[in-house]
Amino acid sequence: MSVDSTFVHKIWNDQELSKIINKDIPYPMLSDQGGKVGSIYGVYDEEGGVNTRGRFIIDPDGVVQAFEVLTPPVGRNVSEAIRQIKAFQLVRKTKGGEVTPSGWQPGKKTLKPGIGLVGNVWKEWNVSEAFDD
Amino acid sequence: MSENMNIGCSKPSASINEAEEANKIITKEYLKEDKKNMIKVGKPAPTFTAPAYHKGNFTNVNLEDYKGKWVLLCFYPGDFTFV
Repeated sequence: MSVDSTFVHKIWNDQELSKIINKDIPYPMLSDQGGKVGSIYGVYDEEGGVNTRGRFIIDPDGVVQAFEVLTPPVGRNVSEAIRQIKAFQLVRKTKGGEVTPSGWQPGKKTLKPGIGLVGNVWKEWNVSEAFDD
Repeated sequence: MSENMNIGCSKPSASINEAEEANKIITKEYLKEDKKNMIKVGKPAPTFTAPAYHKGNFTNVNLEDYKGKWVLLCFYPGDFTFV
């Protein structure tokens, strides 16, 4: 979602993005002319008249689970966004029975919160798991 | 999920969904001057309806139609902004 019109979105898709990924952008490219939606989400920069790089993960109940906001010159890490969605999905599936430690990736160890785990994370989890393999 | 839209010269613009009472309250909170009202995790996302370009069509997208799905909502400064 940006302050560009849907016409500009179409031309950006046709002239540039579709050439980068060899197909059309698969998701809707939303238009927020005037920045009304960006203002509500706290990412609209009134001085520049544009939305900054805000990224929100919204769960199936419509609840915001995570967000990240970057200034314009730095691009996002898509893998990290997907990792977070997978982690939130796991937590949701286990109804909070399992939680994902720092650096968790699918297949890596989760933790099961409970009285027995208090003060004992050091026995269950190694800091090396916080980093990429 | 989305509805097709007629193309005209008047610019369609996004709007916050105001029909739903709960969303009115959520959005009002976020529009207060007080910066403490920045979006909070664990709270409902303000819903909106926005015009969109999607695979060859101009459509209207309502966030409420995505209930039951995971949504990744991305804002960016502008088309053609390189990164």
